[in-house]
Amino acid sequence: MRDAYAIELRNITKRFGKVIANDHINLSVRSGEILAVLGENGSGKTTLMNMISGIYYPDEGQIFVHGEEVTIRSPKDAFPLGIGMIHQHFKLVDVLTAAENIVLGLSGPTRLDITAVATRISKLAAKYGFDIDPFKKIYEMSVSEKQTVEIVKMLYRGANILILDEPTAVLTPQETQALFAVLRNMRDAGNAIIIITHKLNEVLELSDRVAVLHRGRYVGTVETAQATVESLTEMMVGSKVTLDIDRPEPMDPEVRLVMRDVTCVNPEGVITLNHASFTAYGGEILGIAGVAGSGQRELLESIAGLTPKESGEIDYYPPNQPMQEISKLSAVEISRMGIRLSFVPEDRLGMGLVGSMDMIDNMMIRSYRKGGFFWADRRAPKTLAEHIIGTLEIVTPGVSTPVGKLSGGNVQKVLVGREIASSPTVLMVAYPVRGLDINSAYTIYTLLNVQKMRGVAVLCVGEDLDVLLALCDRILVLCDGKVTGVVDARTATKEQIGLMMTHSGKGGGH
Amino acid sequence: MANLHGVHEPLFHISKRQDYSLPLAIAVRLVAILLALVVCGVVIVAMTGLNPVEVYAGIIDGAVGSSRRLWVTIRDTLALLLVAVAITPAFKMRFWNVGGEGQVLIGATATAAVMIYLGDRLPAPALFALMIGASLLAGMIWGVIPALFKAGWNTNETLFTLMMNYVATQIVSFCIVFWENPAGSNSVGIINSASKAGWLPPLFGLTYGWNLVIVVVITAFIYIYLRYSKQGYEIAYVGQSVNTARYAGINVKTVIIRTMAISGALCGLAGFILVSGAGHTISTTLAGGRGFTAIVVAWLSKLNTFTMMIVSFLLTFMAKGSIQIASQFSLNENASEIITGIILFFVLGCEFFINYKVEFRHRHREG
Repeated sequence: MRDAYAIELRNITKRFGKVIANDHINLSVRSGEILAVLGENGSGKTTLMNMISGIYYPDEGQIFVHGEEVTIRSPKDAFPLGIGMIHQHFKLVDVLTAAENIVLGLSGPTRLDITAVATRISKLAAKYGFDIDPFKKIYEMSVSEKQTVEIVKMLYRGANILILDEPTAVLTPQETQALFAVLRNMRDAGNAIIIITHKLNEVLELSDRVAVLHRGRYVGTVETAQATVESLTEMMVGSKVTLDIDRPEPMDPEVRLVMRDVTCVNPEGVITLNHASFTAYGGEILGIAGVAGSGQRELLESIAGLTPKESGEIDYYPPNQPMQEISKLSAVEISRMGIRLSFVPEDRLGMGLVGSMDMIDNMMIRSYRKGGFFWADRRAPKTLAEHIIGTLEIVTPGVSTPVGKLSGGNVQKVLVGREIASSPTVLMVAYPVRGLDINSAYTIYTLLNVQKMRGVAVLCVGEDLDVLLALCDRILVLCDGKVTGVVDARTATKEQIGLMMTHSGKGGGH
Repeated sequence: MANLHGVHEPLFHISKRQDYSLPLAIAVRLVAILLALVVCGVVIVAMTGLNPVEVYAGIIDGAVGSSRRLWVTIRDTLALLLVAVAITPAFKMRFWNVGGEGQVLIGATATAAVMIYLGDRLPAPALFALMIGASLLAGMIWGVIPALFKAGWNTNETLFTLMMNYVATQIVSFCIVFWENPAGSNSVGIINSASKAGWLPPLFGLTYGWNLVIVVVITAFIYIYLRYSKQGYEIAYVGQSVNTARYAGINVKTVIIRTMAISGALCGLAGFILVSGAGHTISTTLAGGRGFTAIVVAWLSKLNTFTMMIVSFLLTFMAKGSIQIASQFSLNENASEIITGIILFFVLGCEFFINYKVEFRHRHREG
């Protein structure tokens, strides 16, 4: 029996511990159709697709392929069903050619006839309009060429349901157009295509239907022809949730940090921060919004002296003292100048803390340089660790327990506690409540507010717009490394910020 | 088509232990050693028909049976311990220095060169200072070269340090051509056998007194250096997470180079001890695999330099005992290596049960 749907998901649920990543999701794609799956970061898009391709196994729900219920326990089960996923991070062997990568892992005659393989690849390429050289080695290829190899690999294996996880994130506009042309050809040839994205304009340009996820929940599916940027934004950010977060009025804010025209380029040559400028005031919380990877990390790290800057200037205004330029200083030089700049990075146990070390050693990450030439002082950090455990009510067997063994909320309290212990003048936090339960989250909000009232300039990168709107005084919005605007958090709406995040809006103008 | 049947629960389940308990760790290790001795006994009876108790007695006799044997065991323990202590900073930094062998050898070569060319010309204090300095410097250079490449171009340090071992061996072969004594023997022979210039003298009446003092001092120093010094913390941060090290403002490249300089230099010093304090000669096999055995010692001791004292003694003990039973019971020396192998297998293997627990499938399945 053949159903009209190439693939259909019914009531799919996936939990990771206490977190529900996918909550009873329904989704369907027809053959000869492009479905866009739209959602903010952490809305469960990738988790859902990983269940179709066999990387995760759903806790509840059913998957139907061409009308038949199937069990997909591993990617090996997904291949015979014609399901192929193209991941954000390519899974190719660098030293092999395109053709070799494409047949790698396939069974077949003992003697490999690579010319026959190449011919078949060229036929596929001609059919769909790919540009591919079967004999080129992967390490000589551009990102876009590698992506083509991944797609051809799936088609070569007979996939007719293709899932692409944010395929345009790594492409230039021209490459994106070429990809879209190919995807349309594939659709017209009767393949079902699912594309994960958070770029609204691409959704409108390419897809036939759009399914929207929000915080692990299925919001709905609409025909693209009837959707607009505004209607999709509204579905994507959800309706306004009132949060009971305290927001004291800022007390005489003063300029603390000015960033002018800062541009950062990562080692791969991609511009991560594009002529960013803004001003942060002491005594206020400046929220930083944007879809993940829009330059938030580079913004904070360039201030902290951890990321080299191509150009631009960062000025620091200490309280009651003359301005100092810190653009060219490294993290150590900044701290040597007595500038108290604290940073709670996104990657808590991979960057801010060392999971296998105890609390004292983790306190020392900031303080080990103090004192004489040889000996590292362990006494002050021990006192500090005990003090933080007491004041922030950290649940731990003791100061010598490795911090990696603590719960997520306690890990974050250790990190935030250490960073605010140095009485900072600028406090930068990235995703401070990610993965935390509600009580721990409120503890962190309170800590940030206390710092704000002390006159600290707080920079808070967040992903939950409701929280940013309730907690911050102003919100800076980033899109593709550019600052698309700064809005007043007391008056702005989620839709307004959502549009600025996806570049379609005209900016806040506050 | 995909299998539509339900997933079978596996027969057993392996999970990491959440809490480390010292009594359990000690108990598991004791059981492992007992099991190893029992298995060794079975193997001995099956292969040779000898009484395993007698064979064990022979091992003890060979290692510590007389004052001379005891001191040879101590001397070799010290050499192994020094190499293990020397490579520890590198391993703490997760720099896989498998080039201890070459660093020891090149340090030994530098020592021998000073002894041969300047042995009879310099007063003893200056001579020793020069020998020690040369061995430290040579080992340091051998350690820093791979570190420079690692820091600059992120080359693989395991392959690099390993290849440096062969280069060191070739350099020794080359030097032997010039230092041959007597001519045509293709070996260096005892250096300064008449004047004993550059031989470490006895200390407090002990032949290997200086060896003991030098090695114990360095063992204690590295313990303190890694645990309590600023540089020790930098090494630990770089080893645990390069990102955290960067976040802390540590210059990772500097730390890699500096740490390998220390590691290499101390390996070079082990070369000095082997030439000046033990063999008084040099050959391509002088390091005797200590650079590799030391890695086993370091990791078995979880990079704790004081535990290394015990582990290197045990390994040397077994090695010396092996030689004894080989001659006493006219066994092939490989037989004793089998015993050492079995013991190591159990001791290393039991770490698994200290870190993980195995749970078998429950009889009653939940619905």
